[in-house]
Amino acid sequence: MANHSANHPAHVQHHFVDSDQQFDSAKLGMWVFLVNEILFFGGLFCAYIIFRAWYPELFTQAALELNAFWGGVNTVVLIGSSLTVAMAIRSAQRNEIKGLRINLMITILLACVFLVIKYFEYEHKLHYGIAPGSFWDPTPEKLAILDHPKANIFFSIYYMMTGIHGLHVLVGIGLMIWIYIRAGKGHFSSEYYTPVEITGLYWHLVDLIWIFLFPLLYLIE
Amino acid sequence: MAITEAKKMTTLQVKRFKPSENPTNNYLTDEKGVWAWMTTVDHKKIGIMYLVAVAFFFALAGFLAIALRTELWTPAKTFIEADTYNQLFTLHGAMMVFFVLVPSIPAALGNFILPMQLGAKDVAFPRLNLASLYIYVAGAIFTFAALASGGFDTGWTFYTPYSSDGNGAGVIWVTLGVFILGFSSILTGTNFITTIHKLRAPGITWDRLPLNIWALYATSIIQVLATPVLAITILLLAFENIMDIGIFDPALGGDPVLFQHFFWFYSHPAVYIMIVPGFGIISEVISTFSKKTVFGYWAIALSSLAIAFIGFLVWGHHMFTSGQSAVATTVFSFLTFLVGIPTGIKIFNWIATLYKGSIDMKTPMLYVFIFLFLFSIGGFTGIMLGALSVDIHLHDTYYVVAHFHYVMMGGTLMALLAGLHYWWPKMTGKMYNETLAKISAVLIFIGFNMTFLPQFVMGSQGMPRRYYNYIDQFTPFHQTSTIGSYILGVAFLIILYYLVKSLFGGEKASSNPWNSRGLEWQSTSPPDFHNFDHTPVVINGPYDYHKPMEEFQLGLAVSHNGHDAEHTSTEVEKTEEKA
Amino acid sequence: MGRLFDFMLPENKSPLTADSTDGLFHFINEVSLIFLIGITFALIYFAFKYKRKSEDDKTPVITHNNTLEITWSVIPLLIVMVIFGWGYSGWLNLKAVPNDAYEIQATGYKWNWNFNYENGAQTLNELHVPKGRPIKVVMQSRDVLHSFFIPDYRVKHDVVPGRYTYVWFQAEETGESIIFCTEYCGTSHSDMLAKVIVHEPEEFEQWLELNGGGIQGSPVEQGEQLVTLQGCQTCHSVDGSEMIGPSFKGIWQREQQLTDGSTVVVDENYIRESILYPGNKVVAGYQNVMSPYEGRLSDDEITNIIEYLKTIN
Repeated sequence: MANHSANHPAHVQHHFVDSDQQFDSAKLGMWVFLVNEILFFGGLFCAYIIFRAWYPELFTQAALELNAFWGGVNTVVLIGSSLTVAMAIRSAQRNEIKGLRINLMITILLACVFLVIKYFEYEHKLHYGIAPGSFWDPTPEKLAILDHPKANIFFSIYYMMTGIHGLHVLVGIGLMIWIYIRAGKGHFSSEYYTPVEITGLYWHLVDLIWIFLFPLLYLIE
Repeated sequence: MAITEAKKMTTLQVKRFKPSENPTNNYLTDEKGVWAWMTTVDHKKIGIMYLVAVAFFFALAGFLAIALRTELWTPAKTFIEADTYNQLFTLHGAMMVFFVLVPSIPAALGNFILPMQLGAKDVAFPRLNLASLYIYVAGAIFTFAALASGGFDTGWTFYTPYSSDGNGAGVIWVTLGVFILGFSSILTGTNFITTIHKLRAPGITWDRLPLNIWALYATSIIQVLATPVLAITILLLAFENIMDIGIFDPALGGDPVLFQHFFWFYSHPAVYIMIVPGFGIISEVISTFSKKTVFGYWAIALSSLAIAFIGFLVWGHHMFTSGQSAVATTVFSFLTFLVGIPTGIKIFNWIATLYKGSIDMKTPMLYVFIFLFLFSIGGFTGIMLGALSVDIHLHDTYYVVAHFHYVMMGGTLMALLAGLHYWWPKMTGKMYNETLAKISAVLIFIGFNMTFLPQFVMGSQGMPRRYYNYIDQFTPFHQTSTIGSYILGVAFLIILYYLVKSLFGGEKASSNPWNSRGLEWQSTSPPDFHNFDHTPVVINGPYDYHKPMEEFQLGLAVSHNGHDAEHTSTEVEKTEEKA
Repeated sequence: MGRLFDFMLPENKSPLTADSTDGLFHFINEVSLIFLIGITFALIYFAFKYKRKSEDDKTPVITHNNTLEITWSVIPLLIVMVIFGWGYSGWLNLKAVPNDAYEIQATGYKWNWNFNYENGAQTLNELHVPKGRPIKVVMQSRDVLHSFFIPDYRVKHDVVPGRYTYVWFQAEETGESIIFCTEYCGTSHSDMLAKVIVHEPEEFEQWLELNGGGIQGSPVEQGEQLVTLQGCQTCHSVDGSEMIGPSFKGIWQREQQLTDGSTVVVDENYIRESILYPGNKVVAGYQNVMSPYEGRLSDDEITNIIEYLKTIN
């Protein structure tokens, strides 16, 4: 123990032998965590598939209530943010801290745009009483369109899936603000950018899940 | 020397090392005080804290079990009301499963032992490790909040629609508690997988991995893959209670059988989360106390992985009477038998390990023998329950109750006790009283069989589980069972007594009291804060009992150069020859 | 037959459904016992034979033995495949209802079983069946999951709200057998018992005749029969004793305190509401556990029940 920290750069924790080992560990850990996230959403996708198999007519009918245009815009926004987060990592690898911060800032803004659009979509539906579970109380004209005894379940699934996804977006924004601040303090360099890398991995997953959610919920014909 | 230089070296310099018998410093003296413990990132202290927490919940849930058995002394009311009884068995089940069995071996013993068996200074993510402990505590707080807000009586399986009829805040609190607890399990699993992949000391190739590590590896995979599904299920259930989302509630158009599928997709693999790490301990102990290499290393290592994977495909065998499709029922029954085979292989391999060994019947070994006997019965009765027609008769009777107590208590808990006694000297630096330990082991064996053997008989005669009142013909079985549970209670009190006593007056443990070849025994007792003085270099396998002890004391790199296990091992052996 | 594990099983009263199950039960037990004796013997024998003599004992290096390992993998595999096939065929038999089966409708609800016959006869917690004829019980649940289990016949199936499930059996001798609920369903789960009463065929026909045509008599008499058939007395006493729900004794015009603190006088409308939507106004000191009767009783039936309740003093 006498010499355990002798050769360690400041960013390497005491129990790692060197920077590479630390980086590889963090990355592997994040991949394992992402697998776990996929299974978490997997449960919801499973519920979706089962109810859709039981009530296919309901799903095509109810999907018309969702605004495919704004859903599409959100898809583009998220794909764009995935690109910028990838560029942020590339900047970090090249030791361009300024580029890292600019790209992160764009990503954060895009994520906020996504949430704002999502907010208006929710707002619109709640206005017509299309709410989850016991709050399900559609206005007469909506009820005429959603004339199906299980229509509430479609929207329960919709709100659960998009809601939990939205929560992930929120967490992602928090993480990126944290990275942004740390980058400002000069914590990162081409030698050490592990947190940037793994946050990027997380963000790609959030994006990926939306890419599945969008066609499944909005684009059923 | 600088890192770059170390990388250029083709051989490692290895020095002879013998752990000091009278260390001045160890992990217990390194940082002191409550605050130091609460903020520590040391895997050993976290393991100890998990052990204390698990022991606390075990005592609590065990006490509930005694109360339940007391109530069942007479066919009608003995001393508590039906509603209380229903809450108590729910609490007993939920606590034992989620707070005791799931974290017991991986999070308590595993946390302590895994990095040491890998020659690492800590797990890959020490702060996440501490976080997982706090998440566990948060889950516990939610569960107690559930009790404070009226309790819950759904059974630990939370079947809908009984659990979703909006009948109480208790269910919401406890489901959120279990949801939170799941993350603790996920973090431990993630941590272990990464640690095993990336933090092995030089020389620990995959074929020199202790079988305990293989078992924990398989366990971690299940934890990471299954727990999130429980998390989403239980979250949906919570929302079902909070705002009637209707996915599982037939009154709102949902499907209660869907809940069962979701629930068992986690909860069946979860029984492997509980038992597979136990297999790891058995392999370690049986090898040490018969002084012999484990028979069929690869068979045991790979059967753990096989169990982990097939274990994901058998959840439907909990639902043979529930109305799932006929095809599903058939396939699930078939796969259930397949998962029995690797388990059987393990038992035969362990027995073969004893052959021509040098068997020392110390307490940990005694528990291994008890394990092998009880777990075999658990396995055979599992085959019984996997058979479709017989399961129709036995499902949801005391036969099932007895079966899973044989597997979980006779299996996991006996393995845990074996491991606890085996590693106790390493963890605390003290020896326990061997005589008392053996007496309590025998008492546990007697008490256990007295408690649960009668349950097989009354179960196959038709006694359903979760019954507060029962028909008179079952009285003798219930009374025998109750007496057995008291014997068990006394035995656990004796264990608690001598373990606590050993902490204060126990004989000092040497660094390797059992003469084991395991890497964790090459450190001092209790270990140093960083486990080993220097990065260890592993030259021999963990079970090379045919080699003299001195060879095992060769094995520490002069400095912490190199960490890539695969690439350095051969060079190490060359160095050894030169030396 | 006198097999070793006979003491574990209840008497087999429906050979058509139970024989295969029992045969397999005995087979697995006997094979397991042989293996268990082998394992235990090996453990004890090795423990004594290879007891440690000194700390310097030398042990041979036996890493593995392919022949041995394949043997002890393949033999158990073959055995379990036999068990699988046997269990599967037995289970198919339990699913395959004979064509001439006599059908009875069963409804499970907290905490009673209600049986309905083709001619309108109804019973509570008593399943009357003729001897020597296959019987199909079609089951549904009114509230939560239940499970219908007759140990003597080795049949069981969950009773699931929102779908129908069934079991079949054929009793070969007259007498009684117990029916358990085996899926946990709340406070009185363990009292949700019923019995099968097996009659000679002619006797069964007479019984059916006698009970057919449903409920008759004056409104009060009809109300009393309804209260009995619906199993209200599982939770509500008529003699004033404390049970899961408030007693019926003296209920008419009684002033009740509710869980929300308000009070109500028991009249027609309160009783009607409490039958249809029991959760709306729960009497203080009791829990909301009753299943709603909305859509299950007609207005006339409820009126008759009210007439009957007025008479319990």
